[in-house]
Amino acid sequence: MLEIKNIHKTFGDAQVLRGVDLKVEKGDVIAILGPSGSGKTTLLRCMNFLETADSGTMQFDGEHFELGKMKKRDIARLRLKTGFVFQNYNLFLNKSALQNVAEGLIVARRMPKQEAYSIAERMLEKVGLSDRAGYFPHQLSGGQQQRVAIARALASEPEIIYFDEPTSALDPELTGEVLEVIKHLAAEGMTMIVVTHELGFARTVADRVIFMENGVVVEEGSAEEIFDRPAKERTREFLRMEWKEN
Amino acid sequence: MSDRAIHILTDSFMKILLPGLKVTLPLTAIAFSLALVIATVVALIQFANVRVLKQIARVYIWVIRGTPLVVQLYLVFFGISGLGYLIDPFVCAAIVLAVNEGAYCAETMRAALEAVPAGQMEAGYCVGMKYHQIIRRIVLPQAMRTAFPPLSNSLLSMLKDTSLVASITVAEMFMAAQRIVARTYEPLLVYAEVAVIYLAFSTVLTWLQHFGEKRLNRYQRAKA
Repeated sequence: MLEIKNIHKTFGDAQVLRGVDLKVEKGDVIAILGPSGSGKTTLLRCMNFLETADSGTMQFDGEHFELGKMKKRDIARLRLKTGFVFQNYNLFLNKSALQNVAEGLIVARRMPKQEAYSIAERMLEKVGLSDRAGYFPHQLSGGQQQRVAIARALASEPEIIYFDEPTSALDPELTGEVLEVIKHLAAEGMTMIVVTHELGFARTVADRVIFMENGVVVEEGSAEEIFDRPAKERTREFLRMEWKEN
Repeated sequence: MSDRAIHILTDSFMKILLPGLKVTLPLTAIAFSLALVIATVVALIQFANVRVLKQIARVYIWVIRGTPLVVQLYLVFFGISGLGYLIDPFVCAAIVLAVNEGAYCAETMRAALEAVPAGQMEAGYCVGMKYHQIIRRIVLPQAMRTAFPPLSNSLLSMLKDTSLVASITVAEMFMAAQRIVARTYEPLLVYAEVAVIYLAFSTVLTWLQHFGEKRLNRYQRAKA
């Protein structure tokens, strides 16, 4: 369904991505792990064109794109097929929870308001926040904001949702509710790529795990392969350190 | 207070207040609305980094902020009159005030736009919105909230600055006061009276500011 090949990205002198490949099939849940600075967030942002990759190709639903020279129109079209969940939620601060979810439907998809709001209500129900529809972001906890953000990403029935460290900004006691929502989506067959530090979560939810460092994929495999019998010494070391911290 | 003083005050009150209501307030309202339009356009040009237009915007702000309002009024009104064209003093005053205040408000608006977190734009893109849609529905409303108190300052400044347009023959409140002083030789009394009327106008605007802030606050965390 989605395939990235040989993606490169530099910020000034720093080579953040040095030839990463990634293949996603419908229904896949892929977890990307790696130390900070490994390029995992940049990879995700390049895939949704929040950063412009220097080079590389993308295959999406059979269409071929050069990542270095994307047309605005193609970017807009591809974004309608994807959802993105940010580390710091990025809910629209001047909109209520319900409006946050409905905004994209009304504005980008020109859906009648009534229909958009009824979808938005359903999405909020799905993330367990029906009773917070009228609340503004500042009136919600971090965990609730992130669940609204997930509802917003879900609303347009995307083919894939990208999660950029969805629980990293949350207090430990709030990460559970967000991970729970993502687990439900996985069970429903939603295609997702999750950049995360939550190893336990990655292990239980991900079909495939990718370990990145210094802008390249060090190792890739099923959750069992990566967590139980990693082939690379660097992967073992990383996992040891991370488990200790958790 | 002498009977004469009381008589002058009561006699002049309506003569000052009426031009206030008929000229000062409409002039302020018209010029400030125009200034807001100018400011929003000029600020957005800079925010969106539009080539050439951005340079023009900077020159505009540089020139306007670098020259006195009175000089601008004289330059435009007497300058154009001097060329032999008739220009309505009220229209001239409204335009000069708007262009002048527009430059200051543009800087206020630019700062407010830049204060909106970058993630708001990104989130807008990710739900499929276009640049202008995000600006109009997400970024501008948030920027307006930030800009509201300093813009209220500008409005108050302008209300008081309209007194300067007396010098280009606009018969507003201050000119009315000057005329009465010329007739009665009571500058202390009459100028104090006009000052009180300006203060009353300003007070109403300040109330409106509080009311407006309250409304805008509904989606913003109250600042401690």
